[in-house]
Amino acid sequence: MTAELGFGMTVVALVLAVYGGAAAGIGARTGRATLVESAQHAALGVFVLITACFALLTYAFLTFDFSVRYVATNTNLGTPFYYRITGVWGALEGSIILWSWMLAFYTVIVVLRHRATARELYPWALATMLGILAFFLLVMTVAAPPFQRQMPVPADGRGLNPLLEDTGMITHPVALYLGFTGCTVPFAFAMAALITGRVGDAWLTLTRRWAIVAWYFLSLGLLIGGWWSYHVLGWGGYWAWDPVENAAFMPWLTGTAFLHSVMIQERRRMLKLWNISLVILTFSLTLFGTFLTRSGVIASVHSFTQGAIGILFLSFLALVLLTALGLVAWRWEALRSQGDLDSVVSRESAFLLNNVLLVAAAFTVFFGTVFPLLSEAVRGVKVSVGAPFFNQVNVPLFLSLIFLMGVGPLIAWRRASLDNLARNFLWPVVLGVVAAAAAFFLGVRSLLAAVAFATAAFVLATIVLDFGRATRARLRVGESLLPAMGGLVRRHNRRYGGLVVHLGILIIALGVTGSQAWSVQTEMTLRPGEAAELAGYRVRFDGLTAVEESNHFKVIGAFTVSNGRTLGVLRPAKKFYPQEQSPIAYVDYRLGLKEDIYLVLGDFARDGQQATVKLQVNRLVSWIWIGGAVLTLGALLAILPDRRAAA
Amino acid sequence: MSRLWRWLIPLAVLPVLALLAYGFRANPRDIPSPLVGRPAPAFALATLDGAPLSLEAHRGKVVVVNFWASWCDPACYEEAPVLERSWRAYRERGVVVIGVDIQDKREAAEKFVRDFGLSFPNAQDVKGTISVDYGVYGVPETFFVDRQGRIRVKHVGAVTDDVFRATVDRLLAEAATP
Repeated sequence: MTAELGFGMTVVALVLAVYGGAAAGIGARTGRATLVESAQHAALGVFVLITACFALLTYAFLTFDFSVRYVATNTNLGTPFYYRITGVWGALEGSIILWSWMLAFYTVIVVLRHRATARELYPWALATMLGILAFFLLVMTVAAPPFQRQMPVPADGRGLNPLLEDTGMITHPVALYLGFTGCTVPFAFAMAALITGRVGDAWLTLTRRWAIVAWYFLSLGLLIGGWWSYHVLGWGGYWAWDPVENAAFMPWLTGTAFLHSVMIQERRRMLKLWNISLVILTFSLTLFGTFLTRSGVIASVHSFTQGAIGILFLSFLALVLLTALGLVAWRWEALRSQGDLDSVVSRESAFLLNNVLLVAAAFTVFFGTVFPLLSEAVRGVKVSVGAPFFNQVNVPLFLSLIFLMGVGPLIAWRRASLDNLARNFLWPVVLGVVAAAAAFFLGVRSLLAAVAFATAAFVLATIVLDFGRATRARLRVGESLLPAMGGLVRRHNRRYGGLVVHLGILIIALGVTGSQAWSVQTEMTLRPGEAAELAGYRVRFDGLTAVEESNHFKVIGAFTVSNGRTLGVLRPAKKFYPQEQSPIAYVDYRLGLKEDIYLVLGDFARDGQQATVKLQVNRLVSWIWIGGAVLTLGALLAILPDRRAAA
Repeated sequence: MSRLWRWLIPLAVLPVLALLAYGFRANPRDIPSPLVGRPAPAFALATLDGAPLSLEAHRGKVVVVNFWASWCDPACYEEAPVLERSWRAYRERGVVVIGVDIQDKREAAEKFVRDFGLSFPNAQDVKGTISVDYGVYGVPETFFVDRQGRIRVKHVGAVTDDVFRATVDRLLAEAATP
């Protein structure tokens, strides 16, 4: 019954979305407001129906309704309560529901926010969003239906993928999908701009805040994904250039480029074509990401595989790209730039360079991701592209980008004079050089790390300089320190929000550099009482215990960690799930600002007389997560209503 | 001229789309089994009904060894009726179907066999050693063993009527003229 009810609601939602999309389009074309209004009701109906589907599926999970095939595949009687909820989106079909639900949610917000303010663009944006929603509902109906009957009803289900039994699973997909689906809104308004021919600033102003929200959630999703990888997968890293990670990273790169190039169009009426293209590219890359993770075309650690869905996604990607680029070709004349670049040494060119680097990074990631496919198609050889390629190409790009993070916000628009350059950059450059020298004297011998620290010091100095100067100006007119700083941030929230985000990125970059340059590891086989030593730490093996959990069997190792004094006992484990071929590692760690101690249990003797342990001391990794928190703060600041514009 | 060339912009994405479409033809997980052509590893088990079941006992017949599990959905649920149907059709001609249930609970496995009314012998690989011997990566996987006791075909994923018929017919035909 549950299966039939859910499927029925999906079909009705699909019909409503198709109707709503058509009504909004026809209404926009003929100027009939009643049709657009009707489309709004349809959008609301779709949202309600998908919400109901989602609730129904969750209910089926909570009540172990194995007559629904998706429930039987992704849960079993031993699955704990918490993971029965996250299990709802733990596999392909449920992830599509979550996706559609968020898209419907955004559509309703677009209706609420923009229906009165953007009369020309809004109906077309609504039509675009409902069209995209209709596609996802089509996938839910024909290719990956979550509501399918299971005959005969099994006594027990298969169970969730054990790697997904982690608290990060409630936040990671949610954040990532909010980012992915968020990219739809700027795309919808870009399409509206192209269709109506109003390719000026109106669509940019409308979607700027949307773009930041989408960008922020993408960033958050990537960071939580890194955290999951770090503390669940047990290889001690947070990023592996896996195709699925790349799939989320590419739209982040082009989205970042868009957030910056927008400012040039607002200021100088340049780059209209470029901005539209970036939005199209970003949205297409989110589709490409879903295609990649759900088509099984490229092997990856965490891809869902399913046959028919890939073809559906590829067709939709083709439709989107051909339509959007066709519209660009049609509006070619209107998209031509009105301004010109005055000088190579200017904020415009710093931003342009930033864009070129970001898009180049996105391209190399794309190339590396699809290269195995290309190689097989052209030469018939199976290859895999690993981290060395991505690192080699991207590290210089990212270092340059970080350098530009210091230059862009301070250099003058149009043409920077020598005086302007000296005033803004003399001290930061000096500080950068000092930082490099200090790093050298402190024993840093890695050139890359030294350059990274110098660049970071440079950027940090520009941020402090800028903020300090603006604060001083306010002090001079008689304000006291704290209100001056607070007022500054509030009144120029967009600028300082951006700078705080830069600070967050800078901290993340330091964490990445430190962990790449200075992390150490060792692997040892120990008998009870024996100890391994690494980087001043002593890890003593105390013994093994075995525990039966509700849905798996667990062997836990106890290791006492000390560095002169006893720090505590770490308990890494191996978990044996009946439905998995190989055991799943459970990592134990002790996080610190300077370094993390990270233990993974390897093989062990059944009698408990011997165990292999992988011991890592990972340096500065915590700063990546701290940087994420700073970035969150900056993004929040940037999306607050603009006080200056309101005043 | 300048009016026409801009229409080439959308066409620029076609090669990328074509490449991605090519991806459907290739299977990144398709790694050939080194066991094909080698003698099938011997095993001796007890069926779920308690009867002895060994590969050795069926030497000289075409044997289909199918690895499954009750939690393996949907593939095992799709192929169970196919295997039962094919076994009934071919048993007279000296074809044996053996089901090996791996990484499973006994009650769930028994319910599965009951629900589908499977009449060919099914046994549980309790220690998991047989699936290791056969290099089973996931379920379902099916090994077609010829009359000389060699693994001839490894099929990954649900077995269909066509796959079963084509493979078994081929093995039956060649064995008739040794």
